[in-house]
Amino acid sequence: MANEVHGMVEKRGSGLWLTHVFMILGVLVIFFPIWLAFVASTVSQPEIVRPPMPLLPGDRFWENYSAALFSGVNVPVSTMLVNSLVMAIGIAVGKIIISLLSAFAIVYFRFPGRNIFFWMIFLTLMLPVEVRIVPTYEVVAGFGMLNSYSGLIFPLIASATATFLFRQFFLTIPDELAEAARVDGASPMRFFWDIVVPMSRTNVAALFVILFIYGWNQYLWPLLITTDPEMNTIVMGIKQMFPSGDDVADWPVIMATSILAMIPPVIVVVGMQRLFIRGLVDSEK
Amino acid sequence: MEKRVTFRGWLLPALLIAPQVLISAVFFFYPAGQAIWQSLFIPDPFGLSSQFVGLGNFEFLLGDKFYRTSFVTTAVFSILVTLCSMIPALFLAVIADRLIKGSGVYRTLLIWPYAVAPAVAGVLWLFMFNTRVGVVSWYLGNLGYDWNHVLNGGEAMGLVVVASAWGRISYNFLFFFAALQAVPRSVIEAAAIDGARFWKRFWTIVLPLLSPTTFFLLVVNVVYSFFETFGVIHTITAGGPQQSTTILVYKVFSDGFVGQDLGSSSAQSVILLIVVGLLTIIQFKFIEKRVHY
Repeated sequence: MANEVHGMVEKRGSGLWLTHVFMILGVLVIFFPIWLAFVASTVSQPEIVRPPMPLLPGDRFWENYSAALFSGVNVPVSTMLVNSLVMAIGIAVGKIIISLLSAFAIVYFRFPGRNIFFWMIFLTLMLPVEVRIVPTYEVVAGFGMLNSYSGLIFPLIASATATFLFRQFFLTIPDELAEAARVDGASPMRFFWDIVVPMSRTNVAALFVILFIYGWNQYLWPLLITTDPEMNTIVMGIKQMFPSGDDVADWPVIMATSILAMIPPVIVVVGMQRLFIRGLVDSEK
Repeated sequence: MEKRVTFRGWLLPALLIAPQVLISAVFFFYPAGQAIWQSLFIPDPFGLSSQFVGLGNFEFLLGDKFYRTSFVTTAVFSILVTLCSMIPALFLAVIADRLIKGSGVYRTLLIWPYAVAPAVAGVLWLFMFNTRVGVVSWYLGNLGYDWNHVLNGGEAMGLVVVASAWGRISYNFLFFFAALQAVPRSVIEAAAIDGARFWKRFWTIVLPLLSPTTFFLLVVNVVYSFFETFGVIHTITAGGPQQSTTILVYKVFSDGFVGQDLGSSSAQSVILLIVVGLLTIIQFKFIEKRVHY
């Protein structure tokens, strides 16, 4: 009986075959833009500017990728990759550290002004950097932080998603642990390092994945504050590789750069899939 | 919810919370306050002084034809992006859910586009539809359709919508798939025993059970298309042709940085702030409700 019902619910036989066909079609359609970019990064410019371009990879993989990595258009793509890496890791690590600390203070202490701070942090959830770009730009310029890593990183740390996530998690840590620590005469910071931080490991890792991608994929902010090509990040730098006016874009190099720009986040997402999905679901809750 | 067991003292927690409060104050509250303050002034052309105009900037904006058009453009854009990313995602998730084996492989392949930055997605789609070298536009031309998103506002809108929705399909797929896996098998099997066919089960049982996820994704995708699609628009159309793809966030940028009209740009920021506020309230109201489920 159970088996028959199973057969009615999950597809078998010809239905199963059709289900796979639909799924593969969906994957192909979704993948097509990436595939095309990859093909374009392995052929020569004349093959692209005389449409239609081929749909299978050519033999100029090394030429195009080394041209992109070591000379680029305005600046070598390797430089932009380093900048992106510093920015993404800086945002992820910085936000995790300040959020762990402030969530610990909010959950484990009763101090004057605690509620005010809590609501202050809460408010920062509401306003993405895109909305306050002009005054934030002025602040960063005032500190002389244009074209610097700190200018790229700090304004994007000022948001409270991670703090909330940690607050929610800390509230689920059993009270007995804090009680025991207090009875043993352990200082709050000792409790933090020995109990709270190790218990938060999975949350930290999941959040790191989400924040790394958030940082890596930033576009508007680096576009505003990195006027020096040496400080461009790869995601914003691609657009700068297009010539102004009527010149023809160097498509193979631009497409090689696009592929390079997606490799690190794809590795993170696919490689740490379980953590990524967990982080995604948690941070949106 | 509060902890019963807490530590004493105020200096330590103050130090612990200081970095976040400091960064929020400098890079969030001060700029946000500035935006509100500047929205009440019109700077003179040399930027030396500014004149207090009260709500003048807002009055001007609401009377401005371009600004009102930008509101409509944003509404159309976000509705289309939300639909174009949620419907295919639901479809794929329903199919993947029917497979006993192999859904993990498809899931791995389908989450790729989520990792692709909106700006990079913009470049990929621009490449396919480029009027000179684009593969898709070339084939369309062979079929007798002359694709030109550089001149045609409707085509430009279509292109930025598809490029923005593309990466979101992965995101929505993950949430729909997780929600579908959580639907109790016993309910489905009971309906199957009663003779309900697949689509009947889908409409009468599965879809209603998915409604919390669907509503959540609606809000999140609208927020996404409001604020995170700047990269797509900047790389593909730069707001054109004739402002046909100038969404609100793009206008804050183009008026503030390109047009140097700080008063108007700040007033637009404040209006957006109100919009985000409303969306956030909707989101939280809904989450409150979901907790009680």
